[in-house]
Amino acid sequence: MKAKSPAYPYLAWMIIFIVAPLLIVAYFAFTDKTGAFTLANISQAGQFSPVLLKSVYLAAIATVICLIIAYPLAYILSRTKVRTQRMLVMLVMLPMWMNFLLRTYAWMTILENNGILNRFFGLFGLGPFEMINTQGAVVLGMVYNYLPFMILPLYSIMEKIDGSVIEAAQDLGCSSMGVMRKVVLPLSVPGITSGITMVFVPAVSTFIISKMLGGGGNLLIGDIIDLQFLGLDYNPHLGSAISLVLMVLILLCMSIFNQFDNEEAVLL
Amino acid sequence: MKKLSKLYLGIVFFFLYAPILVLIVFSFNQSKSRSVWTGFTLDWYVKLFHNEVILNSLWTTLSIALIAGVVSTILGTAAAVGISSMRRGPRRLVINTTYLPIMNPEILTGVSLMLLFSFLAIPRGYLTLVIAHITFCVPYVILSVLPKLRQMDRFVYEAALDLGCSPRKAFFKAVVPQIMPGIMTGFLMALTYSIDDFVISYFVSGSSAQTLPITIYSMTRRRVSPEINALSTILFLAVLTVLLLINVKDAKIWKERRKKEAARL
Repeated sequence: MKAKSPAYPYLAWMIIFIVAPLLIVAYFAFTDKTGAFTLANISQAGQFSPVLLKSVYLAAIATVICLIIAYPLAYILSRTKVRTQRMLVMLVMLPMWMNFLLRTYAWMTILENNGILNRFFGLFGLGPFEMINTQGAVVLGMVYNYLPFMILPLYSIMEKIDGSVIEAAQDLGCSSMGVMRKVVLPLSVPGITSGITMVFVPAVSTFIISKMLGGGGNLLIGDIIDLQFLGLDYNPHLGSAISLVLMVLILLCMSIFNQFDNEEAVLL
Repeated sequence: MKKLSKLYLGIVFFFLYAPILVLIVFSFNQSKSRSVWTGFTLDWYVKLFHNEVILNSLWTTLSIALIAGVVSTILGTAAAVGISSMRRGPRRLVINTTYLPIMNPEILTGVSLMLLFSFLAIPRGYLTLVIAHITFCVPYVILSVLPKLRQMDRFVYEAALDLGCSPRKAFFKAVVPQIMPGIMTGFLMALTYSIDDFVISYFVSGSSAQTLPITIYSMTRRRVSPEINALSTILFLAVLTVLLLINVKDAKIWKERRKKEAARL
């Protein structure tokens, strides 16, 4: 089996439908309507830096909350009996298989001004609270939708941690906090980094969750891109410029983050 | 400690499932209200099955998933075979490019394909949806077949050649059976991602062809209708059944393997 030829149809497909579209985005970002080179789109994209910062901020909060919720859960999962483990992992994956629009829609009905939560508070004479169309609702939507993406990589790395390593640490006089800090945490770093990537990237670029739960007042960078391509502000040149900025930003975040990850690995 | 972890599991699973439960409960609600219970009914299910738009988009979703699944499985498996015999440098380049659609935010893939189609003057519709779905499915197939090719026993292929098989026959008789689990995983992943995709489809679909997620999106935008709840309930039950079946099958395989091991000892 020394033939490269079976890959040729895919290579053609890859060049036309993966590489070329990205080059077209770059081309659009640096040209105006007449096709002349310009930097105006990029500088215009700068106007949206508050939105971009807000997207990064909300996505970062959601990622941290996911990590805080998922870490103990993944640890508990990885230490239960194999049979229950399989069932619990299935239960974690099940909501992921529902379309995220339906899951977000469910939260819309819960958080509404006359939704279930407000009616529940009403029983005690509280509220109604303004819950939907807030930043908090957007973060909640992100956490709810992407939590399994944090749990699963953490779980699959913790499952591989040998129970005898933990026992050895305990035998050698480690407290349970010490075991966590000195054994489990260092060994689970790869799971943490891939979990963070898997939550942060979709969260920072989302445009539906913010639209459905954030109302019109909490537009994120994904919404702005959507508006340039399919919305009233139709301007694919500006949209491409913002997309390009978003891509560079994500790559930058990831490389800074991976740097940190490598140093961590060396230290331990 | 045991009790504490059980409590914690309970809280997280409550968080994960309460919203879905609410959806399901209100699919049986008589009034259109999303928060007040007025009585039991199955009307919304009846209406759902008479809703042409939903049924059409369900058909579109399934047919696109099947076409994209089959095409991307063939394209991806062939690609993996070719890639694995490339030299290190080009192989790295191709694999890294293959990772792009997986690593990039979905919105970027959607927007870039939309620009490509308008550049090539292909009207947005069924064809563009199929192309886009194949494009984001192929990487998953390649990445699940490649490791199987690496683990594969190469001598079986050579033995088949020595015993008089043509290279083509040797490939189908000696290589394909060995990498079959990877091909199946890739195919199933392609199906799942295709059925579930909203963001990329949103940018490349026209009014002529809509997938189910796009229809759901326009339903949540336009007006309140418990038909969505009914639809969610059905989809949830479908997914639950599939997962349970997979789990039962896996458990069986696992049990048999243990039995065999026990017999060997």
